[in-house]
Amino acid sequence: MSTISPQRKSGQRKSAQKPEGTAPEARRSRRVWGRPDLYTSYRQDMAMLNTRPKQLGVLAIVVLAALLPLTTSDDLLKILGTGLVLAIGAIGLNLLVGYAGQVSLGHAFFVGVGAYAASAIAGDPEGRYIGFGIDVVPVWILGGGIAAALAGALVAPIATRLRGLYLAIVTLGLVVIGGYIFTEWRDLSGGAQVGREAPQPVILGSDLTRDGAFTQEQKLYWLFLVVLIISAVLARNVARSRIGRALAAVRDRDVAAGVMGVELGKYKLIAFVLSSFFAGVCGSLLFVANGVFGPERFTLLLSVQFIAMVLIGGVATISGSIMGAMLIALLPRISAELPSFLPFITSAANEHPNIFEVEIALYGALIVMFLLFEPRGLFGIWVRIRTYWKSFPFSY
Amino acid sequence: MTGFLTAFSGGLGQGAIYVLLALGFVIIYKSMKVVSFAQPAFMMAGAILVSYLTPRFGFWLAVVLGTLGIALVALAVERVAIRPMVGKAVFVIAIITIGVDIVVRVVAGAFVGTDPLLVGDPWGLDTVLIGDVQVQQRHIAALIAMVVVVVALMLFFRLSSTGLAMRAAALDQEAAMAQGVSVGAVFALSWALAGGLAALAGVFAAAGNPIDQTFWVVALAALPVIIVGGLDSLGGAVVAGLLVGVVEALVRAYHSDLFPNLSTNTGTLAPYVLMMVVLLVRPHGLFGTKEVERV
Repeated sequence: MSTISPQRKSGQRKSAQKPEGTAPEARRSRRVWGRPDLYTSYRQDMAMLNTRPKQLGVLAIVVLAALLPLTTSDDLLKILGTGLVLAIGAIGLNLLVGYAGQVSLGHAFFVGVGAYAASAIAGDPEGRYIGFGIDVVPVWILGGGIAAALAGALVAPIATRLRGLYLAIVTLGLVVIGGYIFTEWRDLSGGAQVGREAPQPVILGSDLTRDGAFTQEQKLYWLFLVVLIISAVLARNVARSRIGRALAAVRDRDVAAGVMGVELGKYKLIAFVLSSFFAGVCGSLLFVANGVFGPERFTLLLSVQFIAMVLIGGVATISGSIMGAMLIALLPRISAELPSFLPFITSAANEHPNIFEVEIALYGALIVMFLLFEPRGLFGIWVRIRTYWKSFPFSY
Repeated sequence: MTGFLTAFSGGLGQGAIYVLLALGFVIIYKSMKVVSFAQPAFMMAGAILVSYLTPRFGFWLAVVLGTLGIALVALAVERVAIRPMVGKAVFVIAIITIGVDIVVRVVAGAFVGTDPLLVGDPWGLDTVLIGDVQVQQRHIAALIAMVVVVVALMLFFRLSSTGLAMRAAALDQEAAMAQGVSVGAVFALSWALAGGLAALAGVFAAAGNPIDQTFWVVALAALPVIIVGGLDSLGGAVVAGLLVGVVEALVRAYHSDLFPNLSTNTGTLAPYVLMMVVLLVRPHGLFGTKEVERV
């Protein structure tokens, strides 16, 4: 961004001596000692972790997250693992809603497609439901993702013609139609209230669901963490690339983007396919993380939960999506703890207000609260804290 | 033929409920350019409120009180959650209404309880014989109520000065403000109207059946209605509401002939498929005004 003159001069002199095409990139993007926030090249500014604190902070978080299973109880790990899986889906929705500005209430449908595609690929060929018996982890994760991406590409021709609220309502219709297909296609989904088995997570011949040196929850947690990190890096790279800039242009003003030469249809299609791919990856792991549930779970409520993750976490931020997903995944646990603090809330399902009602009401209340008071979400709160300490003791 | 006419009449009755709901959507959309996803919750809350009021006041007074009550709730919601967001991106407000919908629905759902909850309507599942077709009385009642509401709304928008102010604000907010129209009051009134309409729709949707936790799903079908009719067309909402109701009822009635292999009834799917088809042909619905993009 801010190019300082001595650097540029030396760079120009250098490039004048050298033949065309070998730009002195390495030299130009040199860091200036003692001035860590000074970028001397565009590449440096656009780097994924563009400051030293970010590099160290992310490293610390990843190490902490990786070591967490050694000290945490298995039931909490299961919840955290679900949160990691949901985060993948939230990242996908954030690419579509946050970066490309296309409001979709149909995310649950794509998650469902991924879940059933993965279960079918890994399923027992001799079993009651469709199964191909390929239980190698990367195969069925990618299979789920690709199946959902194809579904996204199928829907995109209708979706790219629509804007704003029309799109939101049509994608809502997609969830209804998808829910019908899932329920009706019993050979694939197992039918209403039943569901089918989760895909077997097998890596290098060892089944992760068997307790060995580490418990099932620990091994699955690490698997989810690895997939989440890959997804997050992938999404972050998309967001800071040419595609990401095109999506942002479409979001900010689609007519202006079109005038500048951004192909609207193409980039909306890319946004839908990418978002659906992440949704499919999320879905493929969802049964493994969360246990089996019937097709009636892939309804509007799941879509709204994903919207809540994106909005509570922070629109158009990858780290925000992860924070939002973790919070939403922990909500059942949080509301289960509430009766000990707020005695008027019961844990009995036949009394009111009970924890299940509080949990669902919290989704809604959190969405409204964050949009009213902190539109940038949890990420915005973090930015405020960071700015406060960065400019301490000056609050302006 | 009788079977067809029975399904058709049922569809008109269901369609009348969709019309009442869709009118609420369209009134809010015209004033604020926002689709309120909170309508299903208001509908459910309305039906539940009426069912609690009926034993004390009798059905008819309960309907009036319930409609007014939900209109007040909608007014409060608009003031607390929506008004601070005026001027923000449309989809942000739409998402807020989703949040409101969830909260109102959970609070209302807590009053459902284990005993069957009835609105106490005088019709139940009774039928009258018109020609040789059995027509359910509740469908006729819904249709009559819809016609009364549509005529009343038409008169209100055409003749009263408040209605004129609402039309002016829908056409051009700044110009309306310059002429002394309080746009804030228009927002509030449109939410109150929509809330009352939703509560009224809830009463007719609940007639004859006990209310349960999934009662609000009926109102989701009003979303295809407003898309088919066009988001900003009151006439479109009436036509599309009846159309969607009839198509849904016919598909439901002839499901086993059309799709013998599918065990779940495709009737619930019909509004959404109809919406997709209409959108492919006319992206702004049958009667909606085409959006003009200013560069």
